[in-house]
Amino acid sequence: MAHSGINVLFEGTNFARLMGGLWTAVWIAAISLIIGLALGTILGMLRTLHNRVIRFILLMYLEFFRIVPTVVLLFLAYYILPRQFNVNWPATWMAVLAFSLWVSAEFSDIVRGALESIPVHQRESGLALGLNQWQLFRYVLLPQAIRLELPATINLATRVIKTTSLLLMISIMDVINVGQQIIEANNQNYPTGVFWVYGLIFILYFIIDYPLSRWAKHLTAKQKY
Amino acid sequence: MNWTVIQQSLPEFAQGFKLTLWLSFVGIIGAIIVGIISSLSQYFRVPVVGKIVGAYVEIARNTPLLIQLFFLYYAFPVMGIKMAAQTCGIIGLIFLGGAYMAEGFTGGFNGVSKSQLDSGRALGMSDFQLARYIVFPQGFALSMPALAANIIFLIKETSIFSVIAIPELTNTALDLIGMYYQSNEYLFVLVVAYAIILIPLIVFLTWLERRVRYGTFGD
Repeated sequence: MAHSGINVLFEGTNFARLMGGLWTAVWIAAISLIIGLALGTILGMLRTLHNRVIRFILLMYLEFFRIVPTVVLLFLAYYILPRQFNVNWPATWMAVLAFSLWVSAEFSDIVRGALESIPVHQRESGLALGLNQWQLFRYVLLPQAIRLELPATINLATRVIKTTSLLLMISIMDVINVGQQIIEANNQNYPTGVFWVYGLIFILYFIIDYPLSRWAKHLTAKQKY
Repeated sequence: MNWTVIQQSLPEFAQGFKLTLWLSFVGIIGAIIVGIISSLSQYFRVPVVGKIVGAYVEIARNTPLLIQLFFLYYAFPVMGIKMAAQTCGIIGLIFLGGAYMAEGFTGGFNGVSKSQLDSGRALGMSDFQLARYIVFPQGFALSMPALAANIIFLIKETSIFSVIAIPELTNTALDLIGMYYQSNEYLFVLVVAYAIILIPLIVFLTWLERRVRYGTFGD
């Protein structure tokens, strides 16, 4: 079998190229998560304040990202920023921007939920000790909140990784886009190549996301006791 | 923002709007059915089937819908299974959604207290009767929040159908942008269209969640 379909994966530099594409996707997910989690923590803290205006604005921010599908967010960043604001970043940065804002919105809600579920006496004890608002967040509330929000955060990370599959829509050379090129270039010699290339990408995503989701499930189960 | 451009695009967006609604509707109903069957088979530890369902849930939940669709649309024909794009879309959405729904229902069913089951068994109920009269009614109420979140999620996921050229909302917008390059206007209509579908639905589901909670047993 000179042309068994699976060999398409190992022809020339194909496998290395696919891995390179995967790296692009993982890299974008990682940067977006770092920025998004930092921003989301701040937004989440602001949402527990008593200022109604701030809370309303941040709620609207969250709802916007809840309503607009991620594909559309990517297009908004990709089309609107260059035309309207003359921002000509590479597509990769547009994706990082869209993902970061989306993550920050989702994470702000996770942080708010965690902060609000911390017993009131913790806050009151802190205040009684003379801690100011910042110290209260830094030493009393955040350390406890992080533990509570960890499973939801891991789940959010798996979603971000899965969402990197959409990067090809704004012509980023992610693993799927590379896969498409390989399939097209080898269509003559490997008519069944499409099966193996998409199959491999399918498995790659699973290999990354499955351990994470198992970990999140494990943590959730542990917290119940 | 050019309002004439927006106005002229409305008939096409109306088509996409209808298709998004229709595909979401079929996909969600299918996903709920698959989800209920899957989670009941896991709940009652049906031999073999329960294990297969467990694997299915993990596979479907941990891979992106886009690659599932590509697999259905591009790789299946190689194995001699050729389907229209919309069929692939619906199957993909049910495949993905069924697993999410199964997770949600399993969470709800597990929330039904064991003493309820023991009481049922003591009364001589069969597994089917336990499922029908005890686990399902209470578990369904408990899984309402997950169900609501999944419905919203699945409607948003239909935007990914645009990659296999199903002319739903997002695809319509992309087509129009490709033809006339009025990206601001078309993306604006697109966002508004999703808001029109999702905002009333979110309000309704939140209301429903509150209603159903009265029906839960205990706490």
